[in-house]
Amino acid sequence: MATLRAVKKRIRTVVSTRRITKAMEMVAAAKLRKATQRVEQAKPYAKKMDEMLSHLASAATGEIIHPYFEDRPIKRKTLVVITSDRGLCGSFNTNVLRKAEQWLAEQKDCEVELVTIGKRGNDYYKRRRWPIVKFFGDWGGVPNYDRTREIMTLLTSRFVTGQTDQITLVYTRFLSMVRYHVVGEPYLPIAKPALKEGEQVGEYIFEPTPEEIYSSLMPGYATTKLVTAMVESFASEHGSRMIAMGGATKNAGEMIDTLTLDYNKARQAQITKEILEVVSGAEALKG
Amino acid sequence: MFRLSIVTPEKVCIDADVASLTAPGADGYLGVLSHHAPLITTLKPGKIEYRDDQNVIHVMAVTNGFLEVSANRATILADAAEDAADIDIARARAAYERSRAQLISAEKGETSIDLPATQSALERAANRIRVYNETHK
Repeated sequence: MATLRAVKKRIRTVVSTRRITKAMEMVAAAKLRKATQRVEQAKPYAKKMDEMLSHLASAATGEIIHPYFEDRPIKRKTLVVITSDRGLCGSFNTNVLRKAEQWLAEQKDCEVELVTIGKRGNDYYKRRRWPIVKFFGDWGGVPNYDRTREIMTLLTSRFVTGQTDQITLVYTRFLSMVRYHVVGEPYLPIAKPALKEGEQVGEYIFEPTPEEIYSSLMPGYATTKLVTAMVESFASEHGSRMIAMGGATKNAGEMIDTLTLDYNKARQAQITKEILEVVSGAEALKG
Repeated sequence: MFRLSIVTPEKVCIDADVASLTAPGADGYLGVLSHHAPLITTLKPGKIEYRDDQNVIHVMAVTNGFLEVSANRATILADAAEDAADIDIARARAAYERSRAQLISAEKGETSIDLPATQSALERAANRIRVYNETHK
């Protein structure tokens, strides 16, 4: 059994740790609330964008001419890994990286390059010496539209100029405050959009030509897809951190209870020992 | 009456039945009434006007986007859209001056800028100011 002073010191340490994890839990909860709102707000736009593209694709006769749709033999693939910048969010990054590793292991007959979003994933792959085209970090847990556009420009220009033939995203879908799902999703080329079942489109008037509409719609579409992925990833990160920190706070509480018990036991033992000493001393004097 | 939805990446601005709509299409302003023929067009920065079911006319400033009309539904996807009453005129003017100054200094070769981005920023700011001036007489 540890000495009284040592136990007391440990209790103090754990108490202050608990204070920190509690604060982090609350911060994550506040950020999560905002992030969930963003997920909800981003949905209608993405949905309408999908609809409009599918209408355009089915109404414009002939082949789709936009380069984002070009499906060519694959020599080189790009993987975009979206992780968090900071740790202490439970198994969030581990889960994303596991999925990414799984994807990488499946690629045999082609070259692979990476684009990393979030410091954690970047550090991981830098250590393992994977070719990283570019790293985007320091997001502060909030998605940024302009910077996302920048990523979109990089990815699409690499694809259009033939530096890569396929781009895949690995990120987390946000399901609820406490649940997320890691997905690997094709980004480019974009699959030819299909109409919903039972939906029909008639003759459309196009202003200007369908080609021109494509060329202004597609960059927006590509950005929206990326923004959606990032918004969901950030929300999942905050959710995961909130749960992890909640768990840590609870564990710290349990640890404090056990230590307090130890402390009291040690104190009692010492008192008992002292009494015994006094009593046996008195006995000895009596002779 | 037909359904009009105006959606931006940030929010759904409106999703309601309206009587008429005018929007800045690629080939100039166009009007939409009930049972308009199916149409897809790009939008230029400009002014959207729609008349709601109470016959009240609403004015909004939009930047680049798309308009689709089909099956008595009009959908506008815009990069940004604000109600004319919500335009922050001071901010718009500041943005206008800023991008103008950037363009001028780039012209002299003093600085290098992202030209298309600055030009469209200038256009956006000018559009906001225009819409604001038209509705605040």
